[in-house]
Amino acid sequence: LARASSTNSEIRRVTLISGDGIGPEIAGAVCKIFAAAKVPIEWDPVDVTPVKTPDGKTTVPQSVLDSVHKNKIGLKGPLATPIGKGHVSLNLTLRRVFNLYANVRPCQSLQGLKTLYNDVNLVTIRENTEGEYSGIEHVVIDGVVQSIKLITRKASLRVAEFAFEYAQANNRKLVTSVHKANIMRISDGLFLDCCREAAEKYPNIKYEENFMDTTCLSMVQDPTQFDVLVMPNLYGDILSDLCAGLVGGLGVTPSGNIGRDGVAVFEAVHGTAPDIAGKDMANPTALLLSAVMMLRHMGLTHYADQIEKATMDTIANKKTRTKDVGGEASCSQFTNSICSKF
Amino acid sequence: GNQFPACYGGRHTVTLIPGDGIGPELAACVKEVFRKANAPVDFEELIVSGDISRDPAVLNQAVTSVQRNGVALKGVLSTPLGGSPDFRSLNVHMRVELDLFANVVHCKTLQGIKTRHSDIDIVVIRENTEGEYSGLEHESAPGVVESLKIVTRHKSERIAKFAFDYATRHNRKKVTAIHKANIMKLADGMFLECCEKVSALYPKIEFNNMIIDNTCMQLVSNPSQFDVMVMPNLYGNIVGNLCAGLVGGAGVVSGKNIGHKYAVFEQGARHKASDIAGQNKANPTGMLLSAANMLDHLGLSQHASLIGSSVKSVLQKGKVKTVDLGGKATTGEYIQAVVKELEQAA
Ligand SMILES: Nc1ncnc2c1ncn2[C@@H]1O[C@H](COP(=O)(O)OP(=O)(O)OP(=O)(O)O)[C@@H](O)[C@H]1O
Ligand SMILES: Nc1ncnc2c1ncn2[C@@H]1O[C@H](COP(=O)(O)OP(=O)(O)OP(=O)(O)O)[C@@H](O)[C@H]1O
Ligand SMILES: [Mg+2]
Ligand SMILES: [Mg+2]
Repeated sequence: LARASSTNSEIRRVTLISGDGIGPEIAGAVCKIFAAAKVPIEWDPVDVTPVKTPDGKTTVPQSVLDSVHKNKIGLKGPLATPIGKGHVSLNLTLRRVFNLYANVRPCQSLQGLKTLYNDVNLVTIRENTEGEYSGIEHVVIDGVVQSIKLITRKASLRVAEFAFEYAQANNRKLVTSVHKANIMRISDGLFLDCCREAAEKYPNIKYEENFMDTTCLSMVQDPTQFDVLVMPNLYGDILSDLCAGLVGGLGVTPSGNIGRDGVAVFEAVHGTAPDIAGKDMANPTALLLSAVMMLRHMGLTHYADQIEKATMDTIANKKTRTKDVGGEASCSQFTNSICSKF
Repeated sequence: GNQFPACYGGRHTVTLIPGDGIGPELAACVKEVFRKANAPVDFEELIVSGDISRDPAVLNQAVTSVQRNGVALKGVLSTPLGGSPDFRSLNVHMRVELDLFANVVHCKTLQGIKTRHSDIDIVVIRENTEGEYSGLEHESAPGVVESLKIVTRHKSERIAKFAFDYATRHNRKKVTAIHKANIMKLADGMFLECCEKVSALYPKIEFNNMIIDNTCMQLVSNPSQFDVMVMPNLYGNIVGNLCAGLVGGAGVVSGKNIGHKYAVFEQGARHKASDIAGQNKANPTGMLLSAANMLDHLGLSQHASLIGSSVKSVLQKGKVKTVDLGGKATTGEYIQAVVKELEQAA
């Protein structure tokens, strides 16, 4: 992420959305660990209970908008989606109101947590605002549905440029754009054009193009050949989950959402896990690693490295890691064990 | 009527479209193996290419040939990027023209091939003629492109029925419908609804559904939960390739395209592999298994199983391995080994 300028001495405020279900437990864990590591930030907790605008749309309270716009940085737990038709998920609402156009998901093998895949170290960057998720659909005649995938030059160029900027700032060497322009020639073709245009401005970073199907084929055979991948919405949704599966699942994969005007919201990608909520069983790793990403974004690299190392060391021990990753510890035992390393 | 229009005196005429990339090499492998196995098949070979000549007359000839023979073996035709938007995929054109509505890719762990996962036995059934592959796209304003995904009830029901029939015929236990109906509520919603409706007619077969992103995560972490999977076009392209990767790559998986009238057999993961074309490096396993399935389809089950078991035996012995499987053998050496197995079995 483009590093926000910040000196390590000033205390910065971060908007905290604890979320629903296991949200408060895992957010609590992160706060505790940040306190133990003496991270120089101050949390600004907000409540995101949805409100209706006069025209019937769902939005979040004004206080949330004010807080995020002021702080520019947020950390967010999972939010429950109200069941029933016509309710847009709050996660989507937040993406929209803060114009979070790029979703960044680093996927890295955790030392100590063995999976079938080791040495995975890649980042997926997903266009987050349009594509197949445009929501424009209609029934043409009974039995015939048309669903519109919307690709714009503006959004494609924005996410492509972000991918190269990210690669540069994080010392990564290769950006691969993932597409299906042999079939969706004009739409994915436009996306590719934008990636090529962005690539020209970053001659130090290698640029490649790969079909979505070929990427999946290669990914499960040898994920080490990839570095940074950038793609339209649906492919990003699919590929980021696939990659999460390689390194241990949603319980351990962080993510960041990058928005306009310097706003960035970091979040765990998993849901509210109602089956284990309130039972002190949740794994806070995904949110914690999202918070680590956030620290890097803020330029607080030293704290990020320290917390990351403490987390890895704790996960490496079966006794101190949580059940979902084959361990024995509760959420609070896992948390305390990380804290004790400071 | 005659089930196979091009069968005379016990010999079948089959259309062969070698295609681009490694296609011609793989076609040569099949011809060699068929000859050694005395398979009573005559190929009507048609040179179609997406690279060199995109002559519509040649393409029509190929389509007519398949219509006449009923059965074909096909390589991948390339689709150059860029250029005119009308420069559409010839592969899609043929599938639509012949109404080959079902693509079936069987991904099964093969003994002798080293992979991370074991005991995979998944059949990916993909709607092959609509969805994201409609080719309906336009620039509605400068820098704003719309691409239409078309889902119809008729085609969704047809592929769902095909999947359940396939499961029944092949003694499979479960069908999983893959979709993204939480986002594409109308399009994927209708697809899912059709699968649910059809599933009610097959009470002996378990039915469930899964969202495409979760599916891909599950496939890499716990693939043995899947049996038969059915899905719209694009997800089928993605899942079919992912599953091929799990069992050893594009070179080892067989596939077929089925319609009510015609059947076209191809590699399961449809790639032309231009990176290794003409280098005697291609792995012909997937193509040979597809060709064996074609023989089975023609009722030549003895020839089919002779070829199938010879290929499997070479893999299992593990002495002659192509480069994609971590070996050093050339395509030619691999075919020699297969032929040797054939001769021993005969
Ligand atoms: N942080 C976590 N720690 C442990 N288990 C988790 C965690 N997150 C998710 N899970 C488990 O993964 C499974 C899927 O949960 P998830 O919350 O992602 O989806 P969900 O139940 O559909 O919730 P939502 O409706 O909010 O999306 C559940 O069994 C849950 O317990
Ligand atoms: N029969 C085969 N034997 C060995 N490798 C294969 C075979 N078929 C495909 N592959 C490999 O699978 C990978 C993907 O195929 P391919 O290069 O065709 O990709 P692609 O992205 O579809 O590009 P294009 O279709 O434009 O060539 C390549 O590395 C290719 O070598
Ligand atoms: Mg997802
Ligand atoms: Mg290809």
